[in-house]
Amino acid sequence: MSIFMTLRIAIKALGRNKMRTALTMLGMIIGVAAVIAMVALGSGAQAQIEEQIKQSGTNLIMVMPGNFSSGGVRMGGGNAVTLKPEDATALRDVPGVQYVSATTGTRVQLVAGNQNWSTQVQGVDIDYPNIRLWTIKYGSFFGDQDVRAAAKVIVLGASVATTLYGEGVDPTGQIIRVKNQPFTIVGVMGPKGQSSTGQDQDDTAFAPYTTIMKKLSGNQNIQGISVSTASADDVGDATERVKLVLRDRHKIGPGMEDDFTARTLEDMAATRTEMTRTMTSLLASIAGVSLLVGGIGIMNIMLVSVTERTREIGLRLAIGARGRDVLLQFLVEAVVISLFGGGIGIGLGYGLSWGVRTFMEWPALVPINAVFVAVGFAAVVGVFFGFYPARKAAGLDPIEALRFE
Amino acid sequence: MAQPVISVRNLTRSYQLGEVTVRALRGVSFDVMPGEFVSVTGPSGSGKSTFMHIIGCLDKPTSGEYFLDVKDVAKASKDELALVRNQKIGFVFQGFNLLKRTTALDNVELPLLYNPKSGMKAADRHKKAMDVLNQVNLGDRHHHLPNQLSGGQQQRVAIARALVNSPSILLADEPTGALDTRTSVEVMGIFQRLNKELGITVIVITHEMDIAEYGTRFVRFRDGKVVLDQAITKRRNAEDELAALPPPEVDVVPESGHAHAPQGKH
Repeated sequence: MSIFMTLRIAIKALGRNKMRTALTMLGMIIGVAAVIAMVALGSGAQAQIEEQIKQSGTNLIMVMPGNFSSGGVRMGGGNAVTLKPEDATALRDVPGVQYVSATTGTRVQLVAGNQNWSTQVQGVDIDYPNIRLWTIKYGSFFGDQDVRAAAKVIVLGASVATTLYGEGVDPTGQIIRVKNQPFTIVGVMGPKGQSSTGQDQDDTAFAPYTTIMKKLSGNQNIQGISVSTASADDVGDATERVKLVLRDRHKIGPGMEDDFTARTLEDMAATRTEMTRTMTSLLASIAGVSLLVGGIGIMNIMLVSVTERTREIGLRLAIGARGRDVLLQFLVEAVVISLFGGGIGIGLGYGLSWGVRTFMEWPALVPINAVFVAVGFAAVVGVFFGFYPARKAAGLDPIEALRFE
Repeated sequence: MAQPVISVRNLTRSYQLGEVTVRALRGVSFDVMPGEFVSVTGPSGSGKSTFMHIIGCLDKPTSGEYFLDVKDVAKASKDELALVRNQKIGFVFQGFNLLKRTTALDNVELPLLYNPKSGMKAADRHKKAMDVLNQVNLGDRHHHLPNQLSGGQQQRVAIARALVNSPSILLADEPTGALDTRTSVEVMGIFQRLNKELGITVIVITHEMDIAEYGTRFVRFRDGKVVLDQAITKRRNAEDELAALPPPEVDVVPESGHAHAPQGKH
């Protein structure tokens, strides 16, 4: 008997008990849909992180002070105050480096008229917008002159401008009080949106780092240096050269640890991507359990079905079905249930991902290989859990089976 | 001289039931010629069912020889026996054994699906199944489900199913056991007609003497042996008896009102 015939017989047999077939399928449907939806959520988050890294520039190198140790007590990255503005200046001449900006910052209260707002003012250099690929909406970024003079100028982030002056208002030229000192607004940044950690990147303001150090925080050191290379390919080499220059400047001998950390944005993102991936696998394995339960459901129903259809099996054997015909029929029935269920589950999984994407604004993404894995798994579940009942059916003695009440 | 269609020699069959060995058949030798209509009777436990299972290739003898159409099947493999059951033997059971929720036509087609030689297209299968359904006068009911048919009609569907692969033997195990008198006569009439017109060898197992009298030959089993084997002299003729019976008021279809409803469809 051809496999096509077996398929027809199996589908007919399943059609004779539609309710039961549907309920058995439901196990597979839920399992596959859950796997697809979970993987979609995870991959979506992953893709979003990768996209953000791309947007913030894959050619970024962040230098932070760090690895400060005092008498053997290591304080962790960012605690030491080892970076100086001159370090930033020195990095401009490193081959491969395109833009350099010292960075520092402090939290301040901004007061404009009767509005006020607390935000982080970032002290940066003139090239900072180029490094972060950040556009200017109104006015312009401050210039070299402002940095050298530590001028009281400020560029507002989009959210801050909206909060203090309202939507669509250009506050350029107005005076704003920063820690009770009058600053002139020279520009407003374009919107940048949320960061990968969910922070509003537009809730910020920029001033020359010199201004921050001298007028606002009083620190002699900078908190970091942002560096960008001309192309993403240079990042690795440039990072090494940046490290060498800084080690040289900080007089760190061979074998001694760096007193700073230079990392590319990709390094940092890798950690988060790894976390998301772990999360995805976790969710997928939980969903996989429901797939397994669905498979056990199939086995259960097939066993009931074999018992219930003992006389039918006896008859089939009597009219010339071989053991393997019966085996194949029940196996195909199980696989049909799991594959049909899997197919519907894929549809449902897509639907769920779409729903999450649309209504919860989570970037759910259904990876095509997850679909194949789910379908393959469904088929394997069908064969695996269908085999035992099918073998039981095929092994029946026709005489006993025909007598079965 | 025609070859016997069934030839068994010194057939024995023993079962192990726990500690006890049950000797169901204790040396049966027996020939059936083509075109015979054999009625096999005997009390329960006489070995007639075991005999029929072996004749029907559902079981294998413990010892002895069995030639079916000159082919030795006593030591055939399981798959070979399945093929023999499919090609050479048509089974009719007491309980009909139709697949429920499956039309008469699909039930009749079932043996064709397991026929490895046919390789038939669906249309040919339908045609063949319709042919045999017409032979049992059920062509107009081919789309009915078993529960829409009366007991006699269901047994006729089962007979059509037994016929569809053109077997040389029809093997009927208590075919009238679940039927009333009139439908019993009808069913036996079909066996008589198939036996006469198509020359199919019929073996009917029954414990009712009056049913046995429709055959041409009478075989009685007792304690695993054939104790009586003789020609039936006063053979009953189902066709004549049926004509003599008062016509049925209606076709008896218990509980289901569907039997007559879809007439217009055909």
